[in-house]
Amino acid sequence: MWRDALLVAGKDLRIEGRSHVALNQVLPFALLVLVLFAFALDPDRGVLLTAAAGLYWLAVLFSALLAVQRSQAIESGEGTRDAVRLSGLDPAGVFLGKAGAVALQLLVLEVLLAVGVVVLYGVEPAGLGLLAVTALVATPGMAAAGTLYGVIAAGLRVRETLLPLLLLPVLAPVLIAATRASETALSGVSSGVPAGSWLALLATFTVVYLGFGVVAFGPLLEDA
Amino acid sequence: MVPAVRLRSAVCLLGRFPALAGIDLDVHRGEVVAVEGPNGAGKTTLLRVLAGLAPVTGGHAEVLGIDLRTARRRVRTKVALLSPSGGLYDDLTVADNLRFWARSAGRPPSAAADAMSRLGLDGRLADVPAARLSTGQRRRTALAVLLARDSELWLLDEPHAGLDAAGRDLVDEVVAGAARRGATVLIVSHELERAAALASRTASIVGGRTTAAAGREPLADPEAAGVA
Repeated sequence: MWRDALLVAGKDLRIEGRSHVALNQVLPFALLVLVLFAFALDPDRGVLLTAAAGLYWLAVLFSALLAVQRSQAIESGEGTRDAVRLSGLDPAGVFLGKAGAVALQLLVLEVLLAVGVVVLYGVEPAGLGLLAVTALVATPGMAAAGTLYGVIAAGLRVRETLLPLLLLPVLAPVLIAATRASETALSGVSSGVPAGSWLALLATFTVVYLGFGVVAFGPLLEDA
Repeated sequence: MVPAVRLRSAVCLLGRFPALAGIDLDVHRGEVVAVEGPNGAGKTTLLRVLAGLAPVTGGHAEVLGIDLRTARRRVRTKVALLSPSGGLYDDLTVADNLRFWARSAGRPPSAAADAMSRLGLDGRLADVPAARLSTGQRRRTALAVLLARDSELWLLDEPHAGLDAAGRDLVDEVVAGAARRGATVLIVSHELERAAALASRTASIVGGRTTAAAGREPLADPEAAGVA
């Protein structure tokens, strides 16, 4: 399973390295979202600063949606998904590999978006370590859930419009928990609940979706 | 010896549509068999059934000793399917595609290099993304994938389609070579004369049923053909 996961992740990252879709489309989109939030809330700089963590994770969430769609599109070429089914690759390995590649791309994007928040919103980061830990715990969960729902939508004609409808509600707890966990770091405010509790919720989400994906991805790939 | 393929009144229902309505077919190991029939007859579905990609919903179906009704996923690692599209990643180069598919089958990188060399893909073409390949080059790459994976059963869907004379000769050469090495080959083709020249026998499918066989021996034992 792990050998197959590394093989698939390497393949997906190599494809990104050649096509630059994340670099040329997902990253500019995410930065544009940050800029638009700034335009919308700029008259009240206080609101922008207070909401920085939430706006940051919203931008990450929208970017995750695009990254997942791209990850599934890689396999949408005629005959490619059949070739994966015939390949002998462990479906659990395919799931972990695809989720791993998405997670790695999102982590790079999150670093760049954090810089964007600092520059655009004038945030003075107070705890970059906490933000990094939040990202490291939340991102694999987002990627796992995205890969799982991505393969569910992949077999349907309306996949482009269906995936956001399926995925965004599922990722709502991640948005809430990641925002609360990192708001001290980015916004300088606290919800009163210790960041550790939110991190525990994120870790639970990640473990559940990674485990569920390892078990369920094979049957879902059959119907894709 | 267990035959490579044994189908008895095999049925494949896709929803309510009977894509295969009764196929009787025996293919011995190391044999090359051509399958012909009009468009929509069920030829491609037959290959997908044998590859374990489509379900067998009635009758009996066995590939390489594996019962397709109960364990069709197990057969997948033993077969290679050449589809018209080739199943390549457009953004990867020819060499990257070969290496990935060879390694996914547990084959060493040298298997990919050997296959590329045999099909003349080891020069300038090796670094060309699959999206930029011509139809013929794409088919050669897909054939190289089959070579690199070294499967026991080759299922070829229109392997000559869209190729020039040299490309067709190359396909014939690769198929003949695979048969010499002991692989079993099923060829679905509209170019029956060409496929039949490679094959020891020919099967006809019309309306999802085998209707005729020609060649050295019958496609299925007539007595056994009635066995469900």
